[in-house]
Parts: sequence; structure tokens; C-alpha cells
Amino acid sequence: MSFLEPALSSSSISAANRPPLVELRDMTLTFAKQTILNHIQLSIPRGQTVAMIGESGCGKTMLLKSIVGLMQPTGGQVLFEARDIHGLNDIEMTDLRKKFGFVFQNAALFDSMTIGQNVAFPLIQHSLASGRDIHRIVCDRLAEVGLPENVIPKRPSQLSGGMRKRVGLARALVLEPELMLYDEPTTGLDPIMSDVINELMLRTRLKAGVTSLIVTHDMRTARKVADRVVMLYPFARLKKGENQIIFDGPPEELDTCKDKRVKQFVNGEAGERLMELRQAAYSGFDETPMLADTYAQKSHER
Amino acid sequence: MREFLRVSFIQNDWSVYVSSVPSSSRASDLNNGLEWREALTRWISDWGELVVDAMTTLGDMAIFASKIFMWLFTARPCKGTILPNFYHVGVLSLPVVALTGTFIGMVLAVQSYAQFKDLGLESRLGAVINMSLVRELGPVLAATMLAGRVGSAMAAVLGTMRVTEQIDAMTSMGANPIHYLVVPRFLACLLLIPALTVMADFMGIVGGYFYSVVMLGIDHYQYLNNSRKFVGGWDFFMGIFKSFFFGGIIAIVSCYRGFHCQAGAEGVGRAATAAFVFSFVLILGVDLMLNILLDAIYSAIWPNGAKLL
Repeated sequence: MSFLEPALSSSSISAANRPPLVELRDMTLTFAKQTILNHIQLSIPRGQTVAMIGESGCGKTMLLKSIVGLMQPTGGQVLFEARDIHGLNDIEMTDLRKKFGFVFQNAALFDSMTIGQNVAFPLIQHSLASGRDIHRIVCDRLAEVGLPENVIPKRPSQLSGGMRKRVGLARALVLEPELMLYDEPTTGLDPIMSDVINELMLRTRLKAGVTSLIVTHDMRTARKVADRVVMLYPFARLKKGENQIIFDGPPEELDTCKDKRVKQFVNGEAGERLMELRQAAYSGFDETPMLADTYAQKSHER
Repeated sequence: MREFLRVSFIQNDWSVYVSSVPSSSRASDLNNGLEWREALTRWISDWGELVVDAMTTLGDMAIFASKIFMWLFTARPCKGTILPNFYHVGVLSLPVVALTGTFIGMVLAVQSYAQFKDLGLESRLGAVINMSLVRELGPVLAATMLAGRVGSAMAAVLGTMRVTEQIDAMTSMGANPIHYLVVPRFLACLLLIPALTVMADFMGIVGGYFYSVVMLGIDHYQYLNNSRKFVGGWDFFMGIFKSFFFGGIIAIVSCYRGFHCQAGAEGVGRAATAAFVFSFVLILGVDLMLNILLDAIYSAIWPNGAKLL
């Protein structure tokens, strides 16, 4: 099976003397004068699994989308195999995208198609297989994520969230990509299904030796699947001149990290963010007399 | 580009600042003048924003249309996308276009009969009804039905795909969404709206004939003879020619609206409504332009063309 061959070769060659698979150089992304990502430097060597953590809205998904070219960074470069992907033309980009697998947060299955058509979509699009081969590959991929053959004629709306996510995974894997990108793969799933997804990500990685970037809030995923954890912090709340990546290291170091913000995130503590709630409560305070006034006035009228 | 323009516009404008000054109603007796100026500035800036918005939308739409044409001529349409779209746009629209066409034909007969009878010209009714049907009402009616039935549905479908990241997913798998989603819809609208127009024309003619001859008792021979004398190939061609433009407008506007859909259920709803309203307005505007142009051509070729009297 061709699926296994690149796995063996890429894991046997030491990653050190090859250029990193993905490299972000000074990447900046601004939206309407609001900076989301600021001078991000990140390189991911071949075969590594990186978990990217950070609170909602810190730009994790934007970073993921910039890597596949769904977002155009406003500054800096995104290099894939030492080529700047935003300098490529349409045809080169289409070719390059065969090497990516993107698992979307809500699976993003095409609801006008059946499950089978969904999984086969990349194959048909790039006309890499035909007829019976397509059916065989689709069955194989679905079996890999633990789905029976009888889901093939079903519609995405007929499946549960966990099943849909697994179909999304199967679809992303169908072209045997070199880089897998997961956008919150376990969000919204029950603990058991989350673990199934974790297990699948691990298996994908062992089997095919793919490089993965997992955006997640789930610390269990980060600890279980990743070799390396990168934590992003929202740019707006950084101190001046501080790097937006506030943690970069193996998952074991998360517990010994001295940075309070990392600790709080890992342990799931609100910390001083509670202050914001309190401040919001106080800022609403000056409205209260007005309300009281009108109420008094009304009762007076009666 | 559009976001950028809008934002830079807002930020250059100080009315944003002024409006954040605490509650103007309390301070009104203090600075009446400032409030007045503030209102004026806001009014001007609102209009300015509207103009900038309209310009950017128009520009965006032109770029979108040019991308459609680029894909249309450089790559074969994707397999399996053409037939379903043609079926939805053409076959499923046929009954409703036929029905409305029939009614419009009959309505024309009802409306014009009294006036023409007073002039003693009721035998020429056929010419009037069929001329207005073939030249104007057939194509515009077919376009309206298509914009309502197909255009808003396209905007809603593409909008939902945008909101649920399906368009992003498509892009990330190396398929171009304009090539895969928009080109077949564009082709379906462009190529099938003439057929729908012919259907609307035909049913309108039948409906008009039925009401005039059977219900109002106009002479069968007179009705048909007058129709034949006045309505010619040019009139028929004019309607069909215009309908190509209408079809193109519907597809481009609706797909554009869907692609640039705002998040959430409200965004999708707004995209669907905007698709219909905008394409309908544009259809009528373009209709006027084309009529002026085609009439000029007509009178250049046939200076003594058919007149009713």
C-alpha cells in the first residue's frame, strides 16, 4: 500500500539536515488596523506534531488558514518546503494543496453530497483515480477512521458530530498529505469521542509519518498527541515588545513553566480575567441610578 | 480591499469620536451648536460611507465577474456540476414561468381591451398584446421569476457554504470555488434563460389569445392577422437578446452575494434578499439601456418600421 511507503522513508531520515516543512517568517496579519498575528516566527520540521494552544481569538485559526493560503498575511512569509506559498500562481497553488490535509472545526462537509462523494472529492478533483479505485480508496479511508461502508450513501446531516468529524478526517487523509492541519479537532465532542479522535491523529502520524499542526483548546490532546506545544497569546494583551509565542517546548515542560499565563491556561483558571467581569459590572453601575430614577418617577405617577 | 476602504473611511472621520461623547441629551442645553454640527458631520459621513460602499461593491463585483469569465474560457467545467444546475435552473423553473406567462398574457388583454374598444381598435389587440409580451414582458417576467426562484436560492446556498467553511474546505482541497460552484450556475442561467423567455412568450401569447378571442369575443382572424402583421422577427430577437444579459446579471449578482455572505443565519438571509433586490434593480436598469440601444439600431435599419396605426 502506497500509504505506508513515505512513512517509512521520512521517519528513517533524520529531520535535522533537511529544511523545515513549514516555516513562518515574521508573519503578520492585520484586520482593519487590528493586529491579530504579529511577527510570528515558527518552523516545523518534517514529521513533528505541533499542538498550538491559546485562548479563543488569539489568531490560531488565522495562522492555520494562512498556511494553506486561505488567508493572505499582511506581512512576512509562509514557506512550505522553502517556497513562499503566497508567491505562487493558481496552478502551482492547486498542486501544492494536494500536500495539505485540513480538518475543519465543524468538519465542513459538503452537505449537497453524500459521504462517499465528500471523501472522494479531492481524488476526483485532481483526477487521481477512477471508478472502482475511488470506491476502494474511500472504503479504506473510512475504515481507517472506524466508519462502516454503509455510511457512504448517507448525507452529512444524517451523521452525528463525531462521525462527521471522522469523515472530515478521512477526507483530509485521502490524498495522503504531507502536512495535516487540524482546527480544534476535539471541540464539541464527548470525552470518549475526543479520545478516539486523539487516537486517530496519533495513528495517522505513526502510520504515515505526516507532519501535523493541531490547533486545540484541549490539553489532553496536546499532551497525548503532540511532540511540541506552542502557545499563542492575544496580541492586544501582550506587553510591548513581547513575543506573541509565549511558550514553545515539549508538553512535559508545560507543568514546569514559570509563566503565569501558561500555567493558568493549562490548569484552566480564569485568574485576573475575572477582573474584567468585575470591571464590567462596575462600569454598568452608573446606569443604575438612572434606571432607579425612572422607576421612581413611574411609581410617583401612579 | 472593501474592508480596508470602509475602515479607513471611518477612521479618518471624527464623527466616531464625537458620538462617543456621553449622552447628548443631558448636555443638550450646554452646547446646542456642537450637537448640530455633530449631526451634520454624521449625516455627511453616512452618505460618504454609502458611496464608498457602493463603489467598492461594484468594483468587487466586476472583479468577481472577470474571474468567472477567466475560468469559463480557460478550463472545462467540472464534471457532474453542469447537469444538476441546469436541471434546477431550467427544468424546475419551467412550470412557474409558464404559469405567470399565461396570466400576464390574459392580464394584458383585460387591461387594454376597454381602451382599445373605445377607440374602435379592438381588432388590433393582438398586435399590442403580443408586441409587449415578446419585446418586454416575456423576458422581464422570466428574469424576475428566475431571480426570485433561482437567484436567491443560489445566494442562500453559497452563503451557507461560506458560513460553514465549505468554500474554504473546497479551496484547501485544491478546487477553485469559482470554477466549481459559480461557473456552472452562471452557464445555467445564461444559457437557459432564453428558453424560459421563449416559454413565457409562448404561454403569454396563448393566454392573451384565449382571453381576447374566447372570453372577449374578438374575431379570431383579425386577432391573428394583426399580430402577424406587427410582430416580427426583430421583436422576438430583441427579447431573447436581452434575456442573455438578464441571466448573466442574475448569476453574477446572486453568486457574488452568496460568496460575500456575512456570518450567521441573518447574514445568509440578507444575502438571499439582497441577491433578489439587487439583481432585479439591475435587470430593469439594463433593460432600459438595451431598449434604447436596440431601438436606435432598429430605426437605423428600418426607418419606416411597423407602426400600430
